[in-house]
Amino acid sequence: MEREQGHVVEYAVLLRVWAALLVLTALLLAASRLSPALAVLALLTLTPLKAWLVLYFFMHLRYEGLLLKGMVLTALSTLLVFIGMLFLDIGFR
Amino acid sequence: MSYLEAQGRGGLLSWLSSTDHKRIALLYLFLLVPLFWVAVSLGFAMRLKHLFAGDFLMSAQTYNALFTVHGVIMIFMFVIPGLPAVFGNFFLPILIGARDVSFPRLNLLSWYFFAAGAALALLSLFTGRGAPDTGWTFYVPFSLRTGTNVPLAVSAAFVLGLSSILTGLNFITTTHRMRAPGMTWHRMPLFVWALYATGWIQVLVTPIIGITLVLVILERLFGIGVFDPAKGGDPLLYQHLFWIYSHPAVYIMIVPAMGAVTEILPTFARRTIFGYRAIAYSSIAIAALGSIVWAHHMFTSGMSDLAGVIFSLFTFLVAVPSAIKVFNWTATLYKGSIDMQPPMLFALAFVFLFCIGGLTGIIQGALGLNIHLHDTYWIVGHFHYVMFGGTGFAFFAALLYWFPKMFGRMVEPKPVFIAWGLMFAGFNLLYGAFLLLGGMGMPRRYYAHLPQFHPGHLAATVGSWLLVAGLLVLFGSLLRALRSGRRAEDDPWGGKTLEWRIPSPPPAENFAEVPVIDAAPYAYNPGRRS
Ligand SMILES: [Cu+2]
Repeated sequence: MEREQGHVVEYAVLLRVWAALLVLTALLLAASRLSPALAVLALLTLTPLKAWLVLYFFMHLRYEGLLLKGMVLTALSTLLVFIGMLFLDIGFR
Repeated sequence: MSYLEAQGRGGLLSWLSSTDHKRIALLYLFLLVPLFWVAVSLGFAMRLKHLFAGDFLMSAQTYNALFTVHGVIMIFMFVIPGLPAVFGNFFLPILIGARDVSFPRLNLLSWYFFAAGAALALLSLFTGRGAPDTGWTFYVPFSLRTGTNVPLAVSAAFVLGLSSILTGLNFITTTHRMRAPGMTWHRMPLFVWALYATGWIQVLVTPIIGITLVLVILERLFGIGVFDPAKGGDPLLYQHLFWIYSHPAVYIMIVPAMGAVTEILPTFARRTIFGYRAIAYSSIAIAALGSIVWAHHMFTSGMSDLAGVIFSLFTFLVAVPSAIKVFNWTATLYKGSIDMQPPMLFALAFVFLFCIGGLTGIIQGALGLNIHLHDTYWIVGHFHYVMFGGTGFAFFAALLYWFPKMFGRMVEPKPVFIAWGLMFAGFNLLYGAFLLLGGMGMPRRYYAHLPQFHPGHLAATVGSWLLVAGLLVLFGSLLRALRSGRRAEDDPWGGKTLEWRIPSPPPAENFAEVPVIDAAPYAYNPGRRS
């Protein structure tokens, strides 16, 4: 099992991911100030990206096999489909 | 030495601390059966009330509590956990040639969550200001305003959900990691495929109902406003979130039932299953498609028309993988050498009743017709055909099929045939009358009814008597078999899957030697390649 060996992630990588998360958060905030539609779009695209960064680097998904990556991606995209389909109602009421 | 006999410590404690998947399955069974009977009694009492159009037997408030609690117990504590928790736990490892599930201790923990959830639900009936009266759906705004014990009932559903997620996770991991050598994906029995698809539904959608129920509690306690338009919230959002879980939950109920029936039909038709891959993949297709049809419960709610059209279309599409299964079952029976034993009879009843349930579902999935049928007895008839006619009959089919393996005893067939006749006749009288009443316009959840609905209600109530009589005969003969049934052979039905190659009841670790698989399951037809 790969994950039993443990992985040391360099500080530089962690810091860069952290910086990326901060930038994405700033973008989200900016989008929400501009217009509600843009805010929704940004939420739907940037938030999963942030979640993926956290999973991939901080939670070491990077070192797992393709199967586990695919499973996590399935869960994440299911959530996206659900949220997206809600807008069929809310966006056209 | 079988798993039923004491290993080390004896007594109740050895059961409550056991991580053996077979013992955990029985722990579930011993909770599910009494809960089932509680819910049956509540339904029976509601039917008795309708012997008269007006006041009879109970107050209107009690009636509201009865249909709520009947629904909550049946759905969250019997039909959803039913097949996965009992037969999934018992047979998933055996069918893939494993000695246990991947996470045996987590498995036991799931059972404790289940027991705690059931205890909380029962507690909610007798504490606070009365049993919940919202219906099992807990719709806002009523669930936020009613003085009855909604928070506790909702917490119970939350804890039960936790149990369901852990079970699903365990089954997915077990299917990936624990298969015996040679047990490739396409050599797995189809019940395993069904449990695998179900596991994914459980893991992906159950957290959504969990969060939604927490939101209801937060809204009640702190008025956070997510469901309150005065604070910028949206009451329809509750219905969306509720059904994003609760429609796929229908597939948590029915997919394992289909899987069990798929095991039973080849055994008693003495034929290899027809369309193995089609049945396997249609389980996955049902899981995927079934997750995007939820808003068909909301056509009259004031949701957008576009959403209505799209969700109606998807609803029709789910019929395709379901029909694939029905056609393949029929093809399996064709030219088979059919042996009409009790499990087979119940399995065939499942196919018939599920077809009625599924087809009525398509009818009410049409946008225009739904306006007439919404919230009538038609809907109640439809989902009883799916949940009881489908999952319920499959549960009994599975119980009768695997009873000799689980307990090492044979069930005397004659009383079971009588039970089946009573149940089948009573069922169709009861819920057939519901379909007609609903078509005539009888609204669901009404305490009193108008005179024109009276004949229908009478027929339904008489049907409920037959149905309960059948259930009593069935459980009576099961109990008698437990006490004094004839000893079962290892393979009493001539089954070909792995569970029939080990002793009845199985030993503690299932297989003395882990089997090596070199052929497809259901190898009845000689010369068939895997
Ligand atoms: Cu539905």
